[in-house]
Amino acid sequence: MRAFRATLLRELLLLWLNPAEIINPLFFFIMVASLFPLAISPEPAQLRAVAPGVVWVAALLAVMLSMDGLFRRDQESGVLDLILTAPVLPVIPVTAKLLAHWLLTGLPLVLVSPLLGHMLQLPSAVLMPLMLSVLLGTPSLTVVGAIGAALTVGLNRGGILLAVLVLPLYIPVLIFGAGAVTTAMQGGPVDGVLAVLGALLALTVSLGPLAVAAGLKISSGD
Amino acid sequence: MPEGRATCNSVAACYSLKLFLGSSVFVTVNPDETLLTLEQLACERDERLLFCSLSMQASGGQIWQVTGANGAGKTTLLRILAGLHGFYEGHRHWHLPNWQSELLYLGHQPGVREELTAEENLRFSCALTGQQGDLVGALKAVGLYGFEDVPAAHLSAGQQRRVALARLWLARKRIWILDEPYTAIDQQGVASLDAQMQAAAAGGTLVIYTSHHRVNDRVHRLHLGSGRAEVMA
Repeated sequence: MRAFRATLLRELLLLWLNPAEIINPLFFFIMVASLFPLAISPEPAQLRAVAPGVVWVAALLAVMLSMDGLFRRDQESGVLDLILTAPVLPVIPVTAKLLAHWLLTGLPLVLVSPLLGHMLQLPSAVLMPLMLSVLLGTPSLTVVGAIGAALTVGLNRGGILLAVLVLPLYIPVLIFGAGAVTTAMQGGPVDGVLAVLGALLALTVSLGPLAVAAGLKISSGD
Repeated sequence: MPEGRATCNSVAACYSLKLFLGSSVFVTVNPDETLLTLEQLACERDERLLFCSLSMQASGGQIWQVTGANGAGKTTLLRILAGLHGFYEGHRHWHLPNWQSELLYLGHQPGVREELTAEENLRFSCALTGQQGDLVGALKAVGLYGFEDVPAAHLSAGQQRRVALARLWLARKRIWILDEPYTAIDQQGVASLDAQMQAAAAGGTLVIYTSHHRVNDRVHRLHLGSGRAEVMA
């Protein structure tokens, strides 16, 4: 579809022209995870115990921080009005926007996560489940975060409100994401936990963009 | 320049509008042409009444100028017409089955991202709104020839506005809603914008715009102020 492709290419180009939007979440992710060995102890056994939680909380916060500006500049420049008055369903450009955003902010987190896992002394057999869980989990985080971003786009200081709205909704993804890594560490089968993450992904990706489009309409309506 | 519908519009058709403030009786001379009906439209903002009892009919080929002091609700009215603002009372009815595909809405902000070039901005809005036409030709028509590849951040405010206005030189739509199209536009630009709006109206397009500038003497006026809406056809 023409509108989908045009939006996808435009978003990729825009993110590419604003490299801070790609680098900031990635750098945040790496920094937060690196602070833990300094704060707790470099003891491998202790690090290994907290590693799944640390990687997952860091990834979750990194995604959430990147969400705040998702629609802001489009709203300020009037592009959002253009999207909402266009003869295509708003969900089409919105889905393209989310896909582009995840490709350039979520996917780098997936690629870096095994490195952080290694740094936090996770056994190498666990790195693959860790990466898979982040791969399945971050798109859900992006979509759910975008719902909050859409609802707070008209507000001047939406950042904190966004966190309050979105963090509770992140809990299921966090539980099963970190749970997959913990299960793998204990040598259990991770398929089931990953399947739940996949189910959450299917739910958010199929219904989330509709909620985002509705949120944008509400924000523009008043 | 792509020509839209070849509808013949007599001057009489331009005046096919009758309006009765505060009443729901309408007399329409040319019912086929009617594109927009507003009935008892009222809108409040922050517990302040912007306008009420706004009833009117507008048809293709007409140019409507919405006037009023700052904060009188001009932008809000246009957003209601474009379907962007849902908090109002009364009825707004577009007499076209698929009116959104015939709508060209130019908001208060030009809808131009500063990181992208003039051509990239225009191409995106066309892909989104399904408008066809010669992009370079349209940019040339608004005086941006040679600026196609310049990021909009390096363009002046007037030139950024012109990037958005270039859509008026592409394939014609039947409804134009333009919020302050003359902002930051120089004298020459104003003249060519006037000409383009009149050409569109002659082709059967309904043009609704906010500005203090009058396109020509036959423009219909809608004045908003102190909670009232007055129509001066």
